[in-house]
Amino acid sequence: MTSIVKPRIDKHLRRNQLGLTVRDYEGVMSTLCAGCGHDSVTAAFVQAFHEMNLEPHRAAKVSGIGCSSKTTAYFLGQSSGINSVHGRMPSVATGAAAVNPDLYYIGVSGDGDSLSIGIGQFAHAIRRNLNMLYCIENNGVYGLTKGQFSASADIGTKAKYGEVNEQPPIDPVLLALSLGATFVARGFSGDKKQLVPLMKAALAHKGFALIDIVSPCVTFNDHKGSTKSYAHTYEYYHPVIHADFVPEEAEITAEYQDGGAITVPMHHGGNVTLRKLGRDYDPRDRDQAFHLLRTREGSEVLTGLLYIDETKPDMGDMNRLPDEPLNVMDYAKLCPGSAKLAEVMKGYS
Amino acid sequence: MKPTNTADPDYFHKVVDCQWACPAHTPVPDYIRLIAQGRFTDAYMVNRRSNVFPGILGRVCDRPCEPACRRGRVEDEPVAICRLKRVAADHKDEVADMLPRAPIAQNGKKIALIGAGPASLTVANDLAPLGYDCTVFEALEKPGGLMISNIPSFRLPERVLDEEIGYILDMGVKLKTGHRIDSLKALLDEGYDAVFVGSGAPKGKELNLPGREEADANIHIGISWLESVAFDHIKSIGKRVLIIGVGNTAMDCCRTSLRLGADEVKVMARKPREFFKASPWELEDAEEENVEIVVNHSPKAFVVEDGKLVGMTFEIMEYDTDERGRITETRVVGEKTIPCDDVILAIGQENAFPWIERDLGIEFDKWDVPVVDETTFESTRPGVFFGGDSAFGPKNIIWAVEHGHQAAISIDKHCQGLDVSERLPRGLNLETAKMGHNEWAYSNGYDPSQRRQMTHVELAKRFKDLDTEVELGFDPQQTAVEVERCLNCDVQTVFTASACTECDACIDICPVNCLTITQNGEEGDLRQRLAAPADNLDQDLYVSEDLPNTGRVMVKDEDLCLHCGLCAERCPTAAWDMALSEIFLPHADDEAAERARRRAAE
Repeated sequence: MTSIVKPRIDKHLRRNQLGLTVRDYEGVMSTLCAGCGHDSVTAAFVQAFHEMNLEPHRAAKVSGIGCSSKTTAYFLGQSSGINSVHGRMPSVATGAAAVNPDLYYIGVSGDGDSLSIGIGQFAHAIRRNLNMLYCIENNGVYGLTKGQFSASADIGTKAKYGEVNEQPPIDPVLLALSLGATFVARGFSGDKKQLVPLMKAALAHKGFALIDIVSPCVTFNDHKGSTKSYAHTYEYYHPVIHADFVPEEAEITAEYQDGGAITVPMHHGGNVTLRKLGRDYDPRDRDQAFHLLRTREGSEVLTGLLYIDETKPDMGDMNRLPDEPLNVMDYAKLCPGSAKLAEVMKGYS
Repeated sequence: MKPTNTADPDYFHKVVDCQWACPAHTPVPDYIRLIAQGRFTDAYMVNRRSNVFPGILGRVCDRPCEPACRRGRVEDEPVAICRLKRVAADHKDEVADMLPRAPIAQNGKKIALIGAGPASLTVANDLAPLGYDCTVFEALEKPGGLMISNIPSFRLPERVLDEEIGYILDMGVKLKTGHRIDSLKALLDEGYDAVFVGSGAPKGKELNLPGREEADANIHIGISWLESVAFDHIKSIGKRVLIIGVGNTAMDCCRTSLRLGADEVKVMARKPREFFKASPWELEDAEEENVEIVVNHSPKAFVVEDGKLVGMTFEIMEYDTDERGRITETRVVGEKTIPCDDVILAIGQENAFPWIERDLGIEFDKWDVPVVDETTFESTRPGVFFGGDSAFGPKNIIWAVEHGHQAAISIDKHCQGLDVSERLPRGLNLETAKMGHNEWAYSNGYDPSQRRQMTHVELAKRFKDLDTEVELGFDPQQTAVEVERCLNCDVQTVFTASACTECDACIDICPVNCLTITQNGEEGDLRQRLAAPADNLDQDLYVSEDLPNTGRVMVKDEDLCLHCGLCAERCPTAAWDMALSEIFLPHADDEAAERARRRAAE
C-alpha cells in the first residue's frame, strides 16, 4: 500500500457519456502489497466500467476471503458489496441476483477461495448459469497466510523457500468448460489491453462469465522457479484470440471485418468481435476449446476469450424469476395476500 | 525513440519548470522546502547564491518562474513563488556573517563597473570575494539603477534596497555616486584590467505628435519622470493624468500619479487587453487603485490651448483577429478628445551609448547597439563586457543578475589570461529521497489548496505618501499553506529499467496517467499511444531502456507529473525511485575553485 491516497486531479481526464472521469469509478485506497497483480485487475475494472458508460453505483460486488476478496473495496466505491464467508460468495451472489437482477454482479475470488474451500459453490453457480462476472485472481498461492501452494499451483513450481509442488493443479478454465459455463476467458493482470475488453464483453454477457486472471503474488510467488511470476507469465504468454466489445452505437469497423473476425451479438446489446491471433480458432466451439487447452505446449499460458455461448438461458430465465427487482415491486404483487395463498394451498389438497 | 540520457544535466533541470524558466536558475523547490521548515535564513542564502537580491526580487521580480510552474498546468494557478521568496527575506536572521568577504590580500586586478544597477552589482558580488578591486560608477546620487529610480518605493521600499546593495558594498566594493561616465575612452585610459558596462536602457521613447513641443511642460517621459519622483525633484502632478502605454512602467506611472495628487488617472492602450505588455498582477494592482484602463485608443495629437496642455486626441481603433488571436486587420472607427492636465509617456525605452567612442574597437550593429557575445557578454573589444539592459535591450532585474553572473566568469577568466569561452559545464547530482518504507525526504502528499492571495494595505491609507508599501507580505498561515502547494519538481522520478517486472503497479497508481509501458516508436507515434496524450508538447518524454520481460519501454510524459512518489511507493522492485536533484550552475567562484584544485593536483 502507499503512504498517501492517490491525489484527485481530474482536470485533464476524459469524461465518458455520463460526464464522469475514470476517477469516479475508483474505491478506497488499496492495502495490498506494492506490485500486487490484484491492483491491476482493480484498475481494469475501473477502466471497463468507465469505458462502458455504466453508472458507478450499478454494480453489486461480492467476494469471499483472501487477498483477492479484499479488492472489491478498491473499485466502484459508489456500489454496494458483501465480503462474505470463505468460498461462499456464489451463494450470496445467487441470492442477490435472484431478488434484484437489475445490477451488474461482480464476484472477485481467488484460487484458494474458488478452487479449494469454495469449489462446490463455484461449480453450482456455473451450473445455474448465474448472470454475473466471476473473476478469479489466480496466483497459485495462499498469499494471506504467507504463501502455501494453492490448488492452482502447477506441478514443478517452486515455493518462495524452495519447496516443489508435485500435485496436479485444478485449471478453473477447464473446470468451467466441463460444467457448461457460457463465457470462459483467461487474462493476465499485466495486460490490460486484453483484460479490459474481456471484462466489457463479460459485463455484456447474459449468464455466468468466468475470467481466470493470472495475477502474480509479488510477495510470495514472484521468484525464479515460480510458474505464476510476472517473468514466467510474460515468457509463456500466448493470447489465442482478441476479444473486443463494440457497443451498440458504434460501428464495427473494417479492422474487424477482414481476416475472418467473428462477431457475436450480445444479449444486452452491442457485439463482441473476436480477432484471430495466428491460430485458427473459433471460441464458439466447445470441443475446440477443450482441444486447445489439452494440447497446449509446455508452460504456455493461453489467454483470451476461449469460449462463448450467448444462447443459453440464465438462472433467472430458467426459474422464471421476475425481471423487476423485489425492492421496487408493488407491494400487492410482492405479497398477494391470504386469499391468493389459500388458492395456492388448494392446489396441494 | 532512443533511451533518454538522464545524465545530461539539462534533462532533469528542465523538469524543474520554475528553475529552468528562471534566468538565474534559482532552485525554487529547494528554498520552498527550507521555508516550510522555518529555515528562513537558509532559504535566503540559497536564493542569494543565484539571484543576489532575494528581498528585492521577492517584491518586484518579473516572475518568469510562475507562468512556468507545473502547478499551473495541474490545476489553475501556479505556486506564489515570488511571495515565498519575500517570506524568506522578511523573516531571515542576520546574514552578514554568512556572506563572502573580500580576501585580505587582493589580486591586484582592477575592474570598473559602469552603472550601479543589478547587473554591475552582481558582477561586483561575484568578483570582490575573489580579490578583485571593483569600482562602481553611478551617475545618480544613490546606487540601485532602475531598482531605485524607476520602481516606486510603495512597491520596493528603499530600506530593502539599501540592505541588499549594502551586502555587496560591504565586500569592499568602491562606489562612486554622482559620477557619470562621459567617455569610455577616458575610463579605459585609467588602466582598468576590465570594464563592465551595466548602464541599462535609460532612454525613454518619445512620441512626436502635433502639440508635443508647445505642451512640453506637461508631457513627461515615464522613466525620467519616475526617476525625478524617486529623487524628490518632482512632488506633484495635475488632477487628470493620461498615461500612454500599458507596460509595467505605465503601471508604476499611474500608481505614482495617484500618490502625487492626481485623482483621475487613465491608462491609454492602443490595443485590446490580451496584447498588454504589463504583468497581469501589476494591471490588477493598478485597477484596484481605481485606475481606468482604456483600450483601443491610439494617440493622435496633444491639444494645446493658450500654450498649455488641455487634452489629448485619440483615434478609436477596431481590430480583426484570426483564430490564433493575431491581428489581421486594423481600422480607425472614430476620434475622441480626452481632457487632461498631464500626460506621461510610457511606451518603451532603449539603450543609448553617446558616451562610447566609436573608435575603441567596440563594434556596433545596425541598430547602433554594441555587438555582445551571448555566452561571454564580451564586446568585440577584449576586456570590455556588457550586461543587463545595456547588453540586449530592456529585460528585467533577474535577467540582469544572470548577465552579471556570466560576465563575472568572463571577467575573471579575462583577467587571469584564460579563454573566456571555455567555461565549466553544468552538472547534476542525484541523491535518493528515500528515508525508509514509504518515507521520503520531502512532503510528497498533494495539497489541493488554492493559491493564497496577497493582503494589501487599505486603499484609504495608501495614498498619503509615496513610501507606504502596498503589499503586506504573507502571514504565517498563508505561508504554511502556500509552501505545501509546491510539487517538489526537483525530486526526480528515476527509473531503472533492468529492475522492472512490468507489473503495471506504477501505471495504475499514477494520479495523472503520465506513465505508459508500450512498444517503442518515433516520438509522434509514441505520443499517440500514451495513457493520456498531453496537449502540451513542450515537456519531454522520458523513454527507458528496453524492459527485461517484453522488450517494451517505460515512457513517462513529464508534462503533469506531480512528483508525489506514488510510482516509487507502489514499485515492488524499486525500479522507480524519487531522487533529489541538485543542478550545479557554475559561478565565478566555482571557476576559481576549479582552477585552484587543478593547480593543487599539479
